[in-house]
Amino acid sequence: MLQLFKFKGGVKPATNKTQSVSQPIAIAPLPSHVAVPLHQSIGGTPRPIVAVGDKVLKGQKIGEADGWISAAVHAPTSGTVIHVGQQTVPHPSGLAADCVVIEPDGKDEWIERKAVDYRSLAPETVRELLREAGVVGLGGAVFPTHGKLTPAKSVPMEQLVINGAECEPFITCDDLLMRERGEEVVRGAAIFRDLLQPQKVLIGIEDNKPEAVAAMQAAVKAVGEDFEVIAVPTRYPAGGAKQLIRVLTGKEVPNGKRSTDLGVQCFNVATAYTAWRALAHGEPVISRLVTVTGNVAKPRNYEALIGTPMDELLALGEPKADTNGIIMGGPMMGFLVPDVKVPVVKATNCLIAHSDALFPPKAPEMPCIRCGECARACPHELQPFEMYWFSRAKNFGKTQEYNIFDCIECGCCSFVCPSRIPLVQYFRFAKSEIWAREKEKKASEIAKTRFEFKQFRDEREKQEKAEKLAKAAAAQAAKKAAEAAAAQATGEAAEAVPPPAAAETSPADAVKKAAIQAAMARAKAQREAAASRNTESLTAEQQQDIQAIEARRMASGLAVPAEPKAE
Amino acid sequence: MSMDFSTPPYLLKNASVTRVMTQVLLALVPAIAVYTWLIGPAILIQIAIASLAALLGEALMLKVRRQPLAPFLGDGSAIVTAWLIALVFPPLAPWWMVVVGTLFAIVVAKQLYGGLGQNPFNPAMVAFAVCIVSFPALMSQWPNQALHLGFADQFQIIFGLTPRLDALTAATPLDALKTGLKLGEGQVGVAALLANQDVYGQFAGRGWEWITLCYLLGGLWLWQRKIITWQVPTAYIGALAAISGALWLYDPAQFASPLFHLFSGGAMLGAFFIATDPVSGSTTPRGKLIFGAGAGLLTYLIRVFGGYPDGVAFAILLMNICTPLIDLYTQPPIFGMKNGK
Amino acid sequence: MISAIAVMALGAVILGALLGYASVKFKVEGDPLVDKIDGILPQTQCGQCGFPGCRPYAEAIAKGAEINLCPPGGAEGVQRLADLLGREVKALDAEEKPKAVAIIDENTCIGCTLCIQACPVDAIVGAAKQMHTIIAPLCTGCELCLPPCPVECISMQVITETVDSWKWKYPVVDIKTTGMTSTRNTPTGGAGGIKAA
Repeated sequence: MLQLFKFKGGVKPATNKTQSVSQPIAIAPLPSHVAVPLHQSIGGTPRPIVAVGDKVLKGQKIGEADGWISAAVHAPTSGTVIHVGQQTVPHPSGLAADCVVIEPDGKDEWIERKAVDYRSLAPETVRELLREAGVVGLGGAVFPTHGKLTPAKSVPMEQLVINGAECEPFITCDDLLMRERGEEVVRGAAIFRDLLQPQKVLIGIEDNKPEAVAAMQAAVKAVGEDFEVIAVPTRYPAGGAKQLIRVLTGKEVPNGKRSTDLGVQCFNVATAYTAWRALAHGEPVISRLVTVTGNVAKPRNYEALIGTPMDELLALGEPKADTNGIIMGGPMMGFLVPDVKVPVVKATNCLIAHSDALFPPKAPEMPCIRCGECARACPHELQPFEMYWFSRAKNFGKTQEYNIFDCIECGCCSFVCPSRIPLVQYFRFAKSEIWAREKEKKASEIAKTRFEFKQFRDEREKQEKAEKLAKAAAAQAAKKAAEAAAAQATGEAAEAVPPPAAAETSPADAVKKAAIQAAMARAKAQREAAASRNTESLTAEQQQDIQAIEARRMASGLAVPAEPKAE
Repeated sequence: MSMDFSTPPYLLKNASVTRVMTQVLLALVPAIAVYTWLIGPAILIQIAIASLAALLGEALMLKVRRQPLAPFLGDGSAIVTAWLIALVFPPLAPWWMVVVGTLFAIVVAKQLYGGLGQNPFNPAMVAFAVCIVSFPALMSQWPNQALHLGFADQFQIIFGLTPRLDALTAATPLDALKTGLKLGEGQVGVAALLANQDVYGQFAGRGWEWITLCYLLGGLWLWQRKIITWQVPTAYIGALAAISGALWLYDPAQFASPLFHLFSGGAMLGAFFIATDPVSGSTTPRGKLIFGAGAGLLTYLIRVFGGYPDGVAFAILLMNICTPLIDLYTQPPIFGMKNGK
Repeated sequence: MISAIAVMALGAVILGALLGYASVKFKVEGDPLVDKIDGILPQTQCGQCGFPGCRPYAEAIAKGAEINLCPPGGAEGVQRLADLLGREVKALDAEEKPKAVAIIDENTCIGCTLCIQACPVDAIVGAAKQMHTIIAPLCTGCELCLPPCPVECISMQVITETVDSWKWKYPVVDIKTTGMTSTRNTPTGGAGGIKAA
């Protein structure tokens, strides 16, 4: 038997899991429509590749992955695209995002499914296939799975952890999946094993699910693998990836470090299952198991299409009359959806019918008494009351000193707080403020450098222009001076006007003078541009006259030639 | 229909400040019962006076600060302060002194700093310190163990209805020992003084030793209920026992045994009920050890070498000052960062 | 007496030398305060404060100019400046506008390049007689391109909140009300009740 480790903190809320495990998984009926959000994973938002009116088949790709960390999305059923655009999505903000809405034709007709033998393919191809099949972490974080399937170059892979802990109260979809489809989970885990080549594969399941443990042990045997199925103590959040890794391997993955750097990687059981379906059956991720529970008459697990409106799915469980909302996810980390019609997404593992009887409204917040309960409950060993203090005061620099970004928002601190302070809410607020500020700062830095560059460029252009003009003016002046000299030489009455400081002028002075001349020329040009343009089209005669006048003016000292006379 | 967008977690543990404070009060009940039985019912009168004053002071300040009354009066923190004040003041202290002390604790030490959770100093200890500085004589008059006064007599003394006769009162065992040693000028040893069981009881003061034992039991119950953690009391008791033990071994004639120090005066009350106050005390595990040990050491030094009859209040107040600094330097390593990375 | 004076004098000399050494050793180039102020200003370079850009305004503030002249910085910017400088917080001397980006109506644009010259951050691309367009991520919303446009084809478009830019709200601390006092969002969709099926 493997030696288990402990993680600090954690809480033991009532698990409320028994209600929804008495019935086997049911297939949810076709909904009235499906609205598939394009952005269902961490990373780039897929681009829609269908248009309104297109006929799509079940499993047909409708959103192309954008960038490496991104995953494709697919039509959950066959039908007609009736809308591509903004729809309210299950997000705490209640905002809309791009979705593809499909009206089912009722035939549920598949695209051609191609099964592949992944063992005969290069690892890159397998990763690409998973990306194309939209396989993402179904534990709730929805990180694209293919992005986690590259072992670190320097560190050998020691353990692969398959997460069947399912620590949040009420949720039982992974439990049922392991009980009923354990073999496929094991085969999926084998895919990950083959790609990552770890020394050991550990399947961790909380010990409040003995049926799942037994089912998985049988499945491992049936498939003929040497995976270890381990019952871990039931304590929230044992199902957090970092906590489960700690319990099974003793390794602590610090914030900002990849777990592969410590030679370990973790996947949810449902992710393993979908990876197997994607490769061995050619089925992209278009449905998932969802626990329908809470204030309902018939709690049960359903295999529901992605995009199913939540109220339609919840209706299958027959919510009681006082139901006043839907929590997506568990009661610890889930959130009340802003609109009951939002679609089921890949992250939706559970729908809990909310009622005030089941989840009493919270009592008013009291001041923090620094009792330290939160610090003892924090699985990441943070000091939530200190972070709260600074978040509340909007002293975000200090919150970072207390490692606010190590917070996994598991809710243990809020759970135990005797003053009923919504601590997690404060931390989320502080984090999103910090992110927004980072972004703003970056934007303002970019603006500043661009502004400074523009100023520099303007200055440079001005100088270049000035130089150019100066050169032109100098050339002209030289020409004029030459003409004047010529005129003098022709023997016209030469008055004893001393030629203005001719030979002594140094080249530096010359440049200066040229600049002045250029400035004057510019001003003149400006004036000319403003004045009526009666000097534009002159006859040769007129031009000669002007030149003669100019020469006379010059000779009489009215106009000073800029350049020393050419000798 | 409005939808509550309250935030996760939607499940909460059944915990509240009131529950915490109620359990602290419950833990004090056995000691109060023994106190009533051995010393007299005066303590019940003092508890009533202090509670009333605390609630009135709190209500008044909440009104002034425009805070809602119900949640803060109901949180029980003022009552805890009041009970602690009643327990650390002499049981025959005049009513007005208890009222002054309590009001100072609630109005100045607690509410003026921002109320619940904001006070840097333990309010009950501030009350004790203020009164012992302002009324040193009255604060040193403890009931004479040789006399047994009934409820009516004690009531009359507290409210000044009968004259406060010197014969009625005596010094505490701690004070008496210190004075006795000083008067004896090295001629009289601790052992000889402690032989006087009328004053010193079985091992640490007649009557008082059993009350402090009850504080210990109440404190252990609080620890078992996870209201307090083990660090502060352990460090406090450990430090007090260590320094008193060391000096006792050095010269048993001049220095009382650790047993005497642990069960005399406010040591147990301080270790389990006052130094463990989370608001004014240290909060990190290592910080709590430092805090407790510091308070234990200072208690002994003030007791034995200082001018005051007991050192608990000043020791804890001094450590309260250091709390932010202790916390700053004892932040525990977080998950994944334990190898000094 | 003499020795006392000597000691004091010696102390003064030593301390003076130390101070002098410190001022040379730890000499601060430039004015760090201006940099700090400049760091708080939003760098829109819009000139709405009356100074030609953020840096000049920062220099002016360091010399005592009002801190409430920067509309893009908003009330929060004023607050942060006040915190930095230890001055009193003042109401913003203008209306606070939501953050916006300029949009060129490409059908109306005649390609005159005037806006390109006006843009302080080079966020407009185009050439003479060619259609211009704004690189939205670089636009600071300074509105300096609006006045020069001869055909008024530039308009400001308020940046709407998206799922990605959305921020968690500050939990409202209000102990007087009973019930949950936390964030209340206004859902965009109707938050209708769920009928028991």
